[in-house]
Amino acid sequence: MFDIERWQEIFDAIRKNKLRTFLTGLSVASGIFILVILLGFGQGMQNGIAKEFENDASTRFGFWTNATSKAYKGLNAGRSIQMRNENFDYLENKYVDVLDSKSGVFRVRNALIVYKKETGSYRVEGVTPSFQILENQHMLSGRFLNFADQKGKLKVAVISKKIKNELFKGKEDPINQYVAISGINFKVVGVYGDPSERDENRIVIPIATAQAVFNGADKVNNMYFTMKPVADFEEAVTQSTLVTAQMKSYLQEAHTVSPDDESAIGSFNTLEEAKRYFNLIDNIKLFFWIVGVFTIIAGVVGVSNIMLIVVKERTREIGIRKALGAKPWAIVGMILHEAIFVTTIAGFSGLIFSMGLLEFVGPYIEVDYLLNPSVNFNVALTTVFVLIFAGVVAGFFPAWKAANIHTIDALRHE
Amino acid sequence: MIEIKNLHKSYKMGSNSLHVLKGINFSVKEGELVAIMGSSGSGKSTLLNILGMLDELDEGSYDLDGVEIKNLNETKAANYRNKFLGFVFQSFNLINYKNAMENVALPLYYQKVARKERQEKALKYLEQVGLKEWADHLPSELSGGQKQRVAIARAMAAEPKVLLADEPTGALDSKTSYEVMDLIQKINDQGNTILIVTHEPDIADMCKRIVHLKDGVIIEDKKVEQVRAAQYVQ
Repeated sequence: MFDIERWQEIFDAIRKNKLRTFLTGLSVASGIFILVILLGFGQGMQNGIAKEFENDASTRFGFWTNATSKAYKGLNAGRSIQMRNENFDYLENKYVDVLDSKSGVFRVRNALIVYKKETGSYRVEGVTPSFQILENQHMLSGRFLNFADQKGKLKVAVISKKIKNELFKGKEDPINQYVAISGINFKVVGVYGDPSERDENRIVIPIATAQAVFNGADKVNNMYFTMKPVADFEEAVTQSTLVTAQMKSYLQEAHTVSPDDESAIGSFNTLEEAKRYFNLIDNIKLFFWIVGVFTIIAGVVGVSNIMLIVVKERTREIGIRKALGAKPWAIVGMILHEAIFVTTIAGFSGLIFSMGLLEFVGPYIEVDYLLNPSVNFNVALTTVFVLIFAGVVAGFFPAWKAANIHTIDALRHE
Repeated sequence: MIEIKNLHKSYKMGSNSLHVLKGINFSVKEGELVAIMGSSGSGKSTLLNILGMLDELDEGSYDLDGVEIKNLNETKAANYRNKFLGFVFQSFNLINYKNAMENVALPLYYQKVARKERQEKALKYLEQVGLKEWADHLPSELSGGQKQRVAIARAMAAEPKVLLADEPTGALDSKTSYEVMDLIQKINDQGNTILIVTHEPDIADMCKRIVHLKDGVIIEDKKVEQVRAAQYVQ
């Protein structure tokens, strides 16, 4: 391997057979290139999906209620279920270690909103300060609800950009103005924006105020939670699925609902949905891998094909070398050495070129569900070595055969 | 130098066996210049191939410089060829992507001679055959006679005990043939042992001894008065 004389022999052969060398190299380099690009796009799709879920609070889960669909413990089906503050407080305390943001929601029905001469019909929801994080709302001006509002049951409201445009006609600053919600004045303290247009149809007020002012007693319509971040995705999914199920059982028990009544207590879990997407991505990546591996196999076949031709082309030369005293192993070594050298150089060229492309072009790709395609360097490196090894194996047999042709036959070969 | 006793060789051609060499007894002393003659099919090339360890004998014995040549595998044969023998072929057999100097240096590579020394030696032998100025030309840029002279230089570069030439002038016109024979005679004059296979009587006459083969046996083995090729070369 480190025999300088052998290297010089090989460089001589390569320099004088440029086309052959180029073609061998091309099949290897393109194999690696395609594989790396495919793997890069697999990763890019994964990044893209992850990004999509980043927009919503990706670990969010929640509950809502409906009428029961099954009779249970002597109670009829069709009974309507109402969650209460005590349910929310119980869950909040029980899971305090794992929960991050949490909010109960009390919906004020049929509220008419009036500001001066403008009126509008919007959803009015009583929520906690955490609601901002749960809905991924960002403040455009003013502030969101805080715990003081909650504690003092203050009549304050946060409106959306859309509502501001409609009620205040975009001219006046709504902060510190009063809007009437079903005839009761609330002071506007902030304006929020939401990534989703649909969610901008909502005015939020403190849940304590909403319950007190709008005859809500201790009723809660929805509950939303997020989990504290966990490094491992699988663990996060398992944990949140488990907590969702446990909370659901608690709610069913507290309201005497049959455990197999699917409609009475409804729940959703974003993370589970995300997991489904990630599974899909895993499958796509697997598919890319398979395509990539077949590309590599095609590359190896290409290399062995060229090796066969090379050996055939050089049979006479091999005969001459043997007549001059080359031992069979020297011949095998020479051919393999050349093959390894060419495959290595070509493999790394393909690697560097494709990784360079991903590096420089990747960040500029702006397509949904595709973000910053990149590839794990170690994986790509391993692939190059696999290809080199396969090239060696593919080249060995023709080389060995050629080295063992009778010298006299090799010399007669045209 | 070469000692052959009762050499037999046959080739299998399908179900038939073709008996090519039928008991050859033959010896060559150091410094001889021997022509092996015969019509095609007489077995002269087979004999040369066996002498050159390119082919194996079936029966009999072959001693080269006191070493018995038997049970050859490819590695062993390669070793002996490299140490003992130089080849000159009818079709030159130069490696077409190597220039004259690199071709001459090739046997030295397999003797593990360092590159610099190889090149110096190769140039020395190219000079001997009068082609020093052609050292960096590819075989395709050389005439037939020049190619054969490069081939002879290559054969000599390994400093072999015996030079084996298989129809060295077979592909050349008569003028070039004489030039090549002149060169071979000069190399012989320096004391090298040379065997030439030929079917041309005038080439054979330029050797010191002629061995006539017919149907696998030696029918005549005589010393001759050597005709110097130099007189035909200006």
